Amino acid sequence: MNAFEYASPTTKEQAVKLLGNSWTEAEVLAGGTDLLSLMKDHIVEPKRLVNIKSIKELGGIAGTAKSGLRIGALVTIQELLDHPRMRKEYAALVQAAEGISSPQIRNMGTIGGDLCQRPRCWYYRAGFGLLGTQESGEPLVPNGDNRYHAILGNSGAALFVNPSSLAPALIAMNARVKIYGAKGQREVALEKFFTAPTTGSQREYDLQPNELVTEIIVPPLARAKSATYEVRQKEALDWPLTTASVVLTMTGNTVKAARIVLGHVAPTPWRSTEAEAAIVGKAVSEATAEAAGKAAVEKAKALSKNGYKIQLAKVAVKRAILLAAKGGTR
Amino acid sequence: MSDEKNKSDQQKSGVSRRSFLKASGISLGVPLVVGHRVINVNGQEVKLYGPTKTSITLTINGAKQTVEVEPRVTLLEALRHELDITGAKRVCDRATCGACTMIVGGKAVYSCTVLAIEAQGKPITTVESLMQGEKLHPLQQAFVDNDGQQCGYCTPGFVMACKAFLDKNPSPTPEEVQKGLGGNLCRCGTYMGVRAAVLQAATMHKGGKNHG
Repeated sequence: MNAFEYASPTTKEQAVKLLGNSWTEAEVLAGGTDLLSLMKDHIVEPKRLVNIKSIKELGGIAGTAKSGLRIGALVTIQELLDHPRMRKEYAALVQAAEGISSPQIRNMGTIGGDLCQRPRCWYYRAGFGLLGTQESGEPLVPNGDNRYHAILGNSGAALFVNPSSLAPALIAMNARVKIYGAKGQREVALEKFFTAPTTGSQREYDLQPNELVTEIIVPPLARAKSATYEVRQKEALDWPLTTASVVLTMTGNTVKAARIVLGHVAPTPWRSTEAEAAIVGKAVSEATAEAAGKAAVEKAKALSKNGYKIQLAKVAVKRAILLAAKGGTR
Repeated sequence: MSDEKNKSDQQKSGVSRRSFLKASGISLGVPLVVGHRVINVNGQEVKLYGPTKTSITLTINGAKQTVEVEPRVTLLEALRHELDITGAKRVCDRATCGACTMIVGGKAVYSCTVLAIEAQGKPITTVESLMQGEKLHPLQQAFVDNDGQQCGYCTPGFVMACKAFLDKNPSPTPEEVQKGLGGNLCRCGTYMGVRAAVLQAATMHKGGKNHG
């Protein structure tokens, strides 16, 4: 790891002043679970690290399922899981957080960090740039080992998958993200926060180098049913191959409204309006849930080695719908 | 080999492997310690540390210790290289394997992925704190009784992960134990022994014995 300057400001105003005008100047240190590894591998080489953990207003969970929730960006994954109301009222979020299977990572990692972490694409992690290219600019992923890469939204230059475990659940819940920066406060729908970069110097989210995610706002969800279903290879210490998060508003067994978001299938969390359209107005059954799963992958295109993920995504959507309809508990 | 035999061996040679390695290292140049500089941000003073060495104070196993390190030095490196507290092991150094697990501020963390400078002001507990004189901590004894280690490299981290787990959940079910230890890897495959050790330590705790 290169040497750097370190500051631990106590207000968000100080923090954004300490951040740079370009991405190479400074990085935000929260849980650090991924950032320090990226720095050790010289993938990210900031000249200054701004530790935001001493900024008290960035912590804490407030509100209820009736009023809506405000989750501070510094809330750890474990704090989410330990929150008394979360398990009952926000099942999809809790199940997504449980998928982060290492207690140490859950103790250290924050919700803001989960949303802003960099892709796990092994070409990026091995120093071939965000888009995984040779020095000549030739892309490495299409003909390389792309078994974990995108099956949806993969017609552009970015073929990695968004690594966030929590974003699909939060987007299904229609969450918004509050951002503070040199130009003041702004709020963005989390669904619009993620972007697929077209060049290697861009980021995968709508943040400027001197901006900070400060909190996540989850609207009232008291009457909705939700669930997240994750497919992964190993029980512990593994990344999802595919996840699906669903939030259903139901009358009896009939779906009145649905939001269905897939994770780890595209360069951004992937909202499937096709799956939503397939289930709305229907009673939840094996057959209708399966039809929604099928609709979710209608436009999927496999790369050379990741065709299996289309089947996983289909099944994840089906099982998430069935799980949510049961009340979100397995 | 008994502990006594071990000790006499070390006395005979007069130098441990570790002190030999340390003494044989060659110091390159004089370390520069500059402390910090203060910059004004919105009328308030903010301290900037590094990139050269700065003085930090860590509270390790109840004792305050001051070291001079660069901000890039991890908690694990500060303890192992600067303070000779070598129980926690550096294995993957990427927040994955768990061999470096310490309890910081009451929570199990990967110390390879915490900067020493950010660990100031929080109690840091390492595996060294568990033994009382020559007596093993009940959890350590449970590892011995249940064959919870083989090569031993993952063991100190595993013991601390188990300690943090039992502190939070003193009467776990076998399923909870399995999930609760998901952050540590053992390439020898001692998981069954480790899980049995945790359940034994939990039972001893229930029996009224001190768990530490």
